Amino acid sequence: MNALVPLADVVYVEPWWMQVLKSIVIFLVGLQILPVMIVAERKILGRFQNRYGPNRVGPFGILQPLAEIVKFATKEQFRPRTAIAWLFALAPVISILTAVASLAIVPFSNTVDIFGTKTGLYGLDVSIGPLYLFAFSAVAFYGIMLGGWASGSKYSFLGAMRAAAQLISYEVAQGLALVGVIMTAQTLSLVGIVEAQQGMWYIVPQVVGFIIFLVAGFAETNRPPFDLVEADAELVQGYMTEYGGTRMVAYLFAEYLNLLIISLVVTTVYLGGWLLPFGIDPPTWVDPFVVFAKAFLFIFFFFWIRATLPRLRYDQLMSLGWKILLPLATINTLVTAIILVATD
Amino acid sequence: MPWNPGDDVIAVQRAPQPGGVGGVYRAFGETLRGLKTTFARIPEGTVTLQYPEEKTPVYPRFRGRHRLHRFADTGLEKCVGCSLCAAACPADCIRVVAAENTPEHRVSAGERYAAVYEINLSRCIFCGYCEVACPFDAITMGPDYEMSDYHRPDLIFTKEMLLVEPFERTPLRGEGE
Repeated sequence: MNALVPLADVVYVEPWWMQVLKSIVIFLVGLQILPVMIVAERKILGRFQNRYGPNRVGPFGILQPLAEIVKFATKEQFRPRTAIAWLFALAPVISILTAVASLAIVPFSNTVDIFGTKTGLYGLDVSIGPLYLFAFSAVAFYGIMLGGWASGSKYSFLGAMRAAAQLISYEVAQGLALVGVIMTAQTLSLVGIVEAQQGMWYIVPQVVGFIIFLVAGFAETNRPPFDLVEADAELVQGYMTEYGGTRMVAYLFAEYLNLLIISLVVTTVYLGGWLLPFGIDPPTWVDPFVVFAKAFLFIFFFFWIRATLPRLRYDQLMSLGWKILLPLATINTLVTAIILVATD
Repeated sequence: MPWNPGDDVIAVQRAPQPGGVGGVYRAFGETLRGLKTTFARIPEGTVTLQYPEEKTPVYPRFRGRHRLHRFADTGLEKCVGCSLCAAACPADCIRVVAAENTPEHRVSAGERYAAVYEINLSRCIFCGYCEVACPFDAITMGPDYEMSDYHRPDLIFTKEMLLVEPFERTPLRGEGE
């Protein structure tokens, strides 16, 4: 086989300086949204429970994440004597690295002219879009598994095993739910998927896939009601038990970054990305704001669900994943395929 | 022969069994109902009291920090140093040392007065027995509940501290509030 065959065709390539610039901007924007999300979650959860949430640090408590990061950063770094030092340090890095890498393929708009250069408003438009995403979320297991195992603590290890089982089960359903969209759009490029939604967003024809993808997304990001991994009430903190200080912050950031990414991906794949309904066609600079506005709807929905649903039992989690979501996703794929062939 | 309950039979309506297609449908519907319930909390607003700025008003019979009293007309202390409060105290946190009143140095209305009156508030259990034991209503439990401090010696309240009005007044609950 020819060794030069690339694993993934990159649909559009800019000059190197533009790629560097783009990466920095996307990274900074993504990382600046996280503290906003954290404080928004706590304030919104508070409102759901007839209370204020954080309102002491800064105006309306918006500096709360800053105060907390200072607290975490000034803490002592420690690890159990049984821990494997280099893996223990490496695991959070893997987690946050894969999360940041997944952010690269989320498209915020099509190509625009910046400084006379045609630039795509996305990190990278690879021809294997969703596969790239799943590949990185598969690598993210290692962050969790290694973290739990290298801690050398039984609680961490149990938490990591639960996490791995949960993530693997739901990734299957999540992947199958996307197949319907990919078949309809006839492309794996996320920009291509958005452009294929010109007439109708995929949330309408693929509503079953959308619900499956969203439910599996809750499980993939370890959000309530699927937060069995952490289960703050029964397990100590799952795989994070032995972590403290900035290493735990890395895990938390990865978790919230995954939440942001899953919202952005749902927006891209099912809600038409930067497209607006009723033929409204704003100038291109509005597009990223449209994407973020739609993503924030989903983020709010994640918070809303957290305020509403109690945590699932472990057997309920497994039976929901394997007995309901997976068959539903398979049927959804088959029906989509049959309709596509019949109407072709 | 099987027992025939006759007319006493009560038909119990059972909840639908979980699982199956119907179970999924019901779970979905119940989830939506739950979402509606939680969202309805947002327009209700908050019930939080912003504590250091807003304080919970206390009831008139609230047993907070002790106060010693003077007669309003003569300004003499009501306490005569009888030590009944110290005897009644189950936590043994009151210390009274009595001294004789003299015509030149008259502190209380009775024969004797409390030269030393100390309450160790870190031991006090706020049972109110001292108030009940006092024959002259000299000691009562006030409405103040903010007594935390950094050092234990600071929690031993002397007679002078118990006699003065507190700088910040604890809000009292109004009639029917």
